[in-house]
Amino acid sequence: MSATPASLPGEPAVDQALARAHGLSADEYAAVLARLGRVPTFTELGVFAVMWSEHCSYKSSRKHLRMLPMTGPRVVGGPGENAGALEIGDGWVAVFKIESHNHPSYVEPYQGAATGVGGIIRDIFTMGARPVASMNSLKFGALDHPRTRYLLSGVVGGIGGYGNCVGVPTVAGEVMFDAAYNGNILVNAFCLGLARKGELQSARAHGVGNPVIYVGSATGRDGIHGASLLASAEFDAASAAKRPTVQVGDPFAEKLLIEACLEAMKTGAIVAIQDMGAAGLTSSSSEMAGRGGLGIELDLDRIPLREPGLTPYEILLSESQERMLLVVEKGREAEVAAVFEKWDLHALVVGRITDDGRWRARYRGQVVADIPVKALSSEAPLYDRPAAPPAAPLRAADAPARAPAPREALRALLASPNVGSKRWVFRQYDAIVQSNTLAGPGGDAAVLRIKGSRRGLALTVDSNPRACALDPYLGTVATVCEAARNLACTGARPAGITNCLNYGNPERAEIMWQFRRGVEGLRDAAIAFELPVVSGNVSFYNETAGRAILPTPTIAMVGIFEEIGQRLAIHFRRPGDCIVIIRTAAPSMAASEYAALFGAGDARLAPIDLNRERRLIEGLLKAAERRLLNSAHDVADGGLLVGLLEACFGDHALGAHLDGVDGSPDELFGEGPSTVIISAAADKVDALREIFAPLEVRVIGRVTSQPRLIVGTLFDESINELRLLYDQALPRRLELT
Amino acid sequence: MKWGVVRFPGSLDDDDALYALREVLGQDARMLWHKEETLGGVHCIVLPGGFSYGDYLRSGAIARFSPIMRSIAKFADDGGLVLGICNGFQILCEAHLLPGALTRNRSLAFICEQVTIRVENARTPLTRATRAGEVLRIPIKHGEGCYVAPESELRAMEERGQVLFRYVAPDGGLSEAANPNGSMRAIAGVANERFNVFGLMPHPEHAVEGELTGGADGLKLFHSLIEAAR
Repeated sequence: MSATPASLPGEPAVDQALARAHGLSADEYAAVLARLGRVPTFTELGVFAVMWSEHCSYKSSRKHLRMLPMTGPRVVGGPGENAGALEIGDGWVAVFKIESHNHPSYVEPYQGAATGVGGIIRDIFTMGARPVASMNSLKFGALDHPRTRYLLSGVVGGIGGYGNCVGVPTVAGEVMFDAAYNGNILVNAFCLGLARKGELQSARAHGVGNPVIYVGSATGRDGIHGASLLASAEFDAASAAKRPTVQVGDPFAEKLLIEACLEAMKTGAIVAIQDMGAAGLTSSSSEMAGRGGLGIELDLDRIPLREPGLTPYEILLSESQERMLLVVEKGREAEVAAVFEKWDLHALVVGRITDDGRWRARYRGQVVADIPVKALSSEAPLYDRPAAPPAAPLRAADAPARAPAPREALRALLASPNVGSKRWVFRQYDAIVQSNTLAGPGGDAAVLRIKGSRRGLALTVDSNPRACALDPYLGTVATVCEAARNLACTGARPAGITNCLNYGNPERAEIMWQFRRGVEGLRDAAIAFELPVVSGNVSFYNETAGRAILPTPTIAMVGIFEEIGQRLAIHFRRPGDCIVIIRTAAPSMAASEYAALFGAGDARLAPIDLNRERRLIEGLLKAAERRLLNSAHDVADGGLLVGLLEACFGDHALGAHLDGVDGSPDELFGEGPSTVIISAAADKVDALREIFAPLEVRVIGRVTSQPRLIVGTLFDESINELRLLYDQALPRRLELT
Repeated sequence: MKWGVVRFPGSLDDDDALYALREVLGQDARMLWHKEETLGGVHCIVLPGGFSYGDYLRSGAIARFSPIMRSIAKFADDGGLVLGICNGFQILCEAHLLPGALTRNRSLAFICEQVTIRVENARTPLTRATRAGEVLRIPIKHGEGCYVAPESELRAMEERGQVLFRYVAPDGGLSEAANPNGSMRAIAGVANERFNVFGLMPHPEHAVEGELTGGADGLKLFHSLIEAAR
């Protein structure tokens, strides 16, 4: 029915060299020729290049991701949609996902981070869920590196600038500084939305002849090859020249899209809907058609353009933000358009669904692309890249300890930007809009209520790249355990995982090995906790000039409260309460901030007993349910003493008197393996012993009304003084360096 | 009492204001779309927080031209009660229904945190359920909350009692550190000369549920308006 597509006058001739310049290997170009049975047009070459890029095709990771457990009694809908969904009770479904925006954020931190937030929010409301909470995980280079402060303020400004303006609260996050990220920061953005069960929206096209409708901002030249190609290669000296490929965000347009799309979905006339994200119009149209096993035809002359003269290649590859593509029931176009008009948005018919399985684009009466849909989606290349452990561990054993006095070590840790308060960052985010935030940033996990329900949600995002550097498998297992513990410390039962797997260049065998071991760790831990992995994202090529980041699997976990009144906070509440710690194994310095500051000798990670980890989680949940606890806090960066201080830093100005710790650096400052600090009335301790058995419930001291931290005869310090160090850790470094 | 909460494109705390009024305070409150021109017989209009029209130009600069604003100006002129919160405050200043203007925070960064404000005039429809000198805990979240006005205007406002709230330390004392955004005279909220139009940067609608969220001090302001309308 259609003529053979041809390149337009003036477009470059397509050959293997041009394909290579587009990032396609010789084998991949040969595959393109085979799939088409001819030489592609220039437009088609661009389309193959983005759709077969690592970012869009997951060609190096897909094979391994299949090993993850993705099903469970709460999981709603199948894989392949824009985000995963979990049933949380009372007729509600939580839709959530985390995604990287690393490369754009390094090139242009404000817009890179802003559009990362915008993109993940669109992935959520495109499912029919109202976005209710955002989180982020940020990794920067050393604070004394010349670019770090610029990147930090840009990224934080961008996250706030977008998130605050779009009305989705940023409720939790993590920030870490390490020289391994000097040349490649990480910006992972998470969003969660709520939908009524049965009202989830699909991204699967159906109905031959149904119109394809374009909504949102006009298409411009910004972002061509942005997310897709920028994120599919290493950085080099030329990367700064790629700044124009970073998209520019318009959160106001996004806010209108959220409201208009959610309202338009209520008409029931929308068959399928997808965000134009990476590879814009090309990916959204081909993926919706691909999921439905159908074809799609686009009329590029109808695409609204920001400026005249865009070529078909540019229109199809633009990554301009805040655009959505809809498939609507034929005959109901006006009904849908009326909703968008109310919000001063225009809904334009730009194509239709066909039955021939082709992805076809027309421009000025001429077919400029005609490709089997499958070649762009299910039949994209798939690699099983070689993987091999490195000759030497990524981080050699740390230097022998210099063993400072505990008092000095504690002060140094509190003043470290990795341990100290991140308030300088999170006070720039609106954490309370929508009136659901019961616990915002700064605790173990954020806690959200669900209006009109007794249920609630807890959210956390965690990573432990230093542990992953020592052992990519155990480090990932430990990260999943930590996330589960953070939720359980609020009293919420862990229910589901989304992940963002950040690694270096997968064409190197040791990176591929790190990745594979990470996925195996995620799999084993998820299975042990019976948690489905409902969505995820892989970010490769995080390296500059051949130097890769630390392996950084970021785990975001969602937990459920059946009764929100049972939630716990990290702060001590009552003087006289017993301070209790529960550990799953002997403490160790491996991968700790103490080791980073002072060295700690042997730095191997101890094996993790997942049965004991699970026992700890179940114990916390049971103790919360029986209301035996007055507070609970997971020990993380800085170790036990820092954790105790954080528990003292509440509104009540309480202190802690410890007489049950041995005072060794490992015990006071070791970060692994799992330790929780709880406070409870003395008459509850026996019940706790019963609940947590066989784990040891160790009473190490008492909560005091004097704001002092007393550790046996080791030291006696003013909490207020220590708090100042902790609160000023980041501001002080940002002013002086 | 009947309330109307105006929804502009880009309003964000509109649902929160409606929730506080309806669900927490049991009031008869409805959303008013910015393109409407009738106010439906309400006793008090709330202009909520957010980023109307994205606030790319200047906060509130475009929203003031929305069709509903003509009706609101008339409503205020007739003595109706109008409360602008955060972006609503900015819009009221842009519309010249309130004196002064709100500019970028001194730190140039957005700030979201619990602050303490002191009631400076407790004899107004917005503050009658509070005591003069009472310290209220209410959250702020804004990037452009630095209140400015000409010195002569400020003096006149002070004399007339139009300065309703100041940022203070928890003990009620003024200090540089307690002024989060650099506002002149630490001003957090003001009234017009007739004391029927009010604007404040802190969000009382986010302080209505006690320990659950941002405290309960915001209730006192809503209770004041309810008493005043009786």
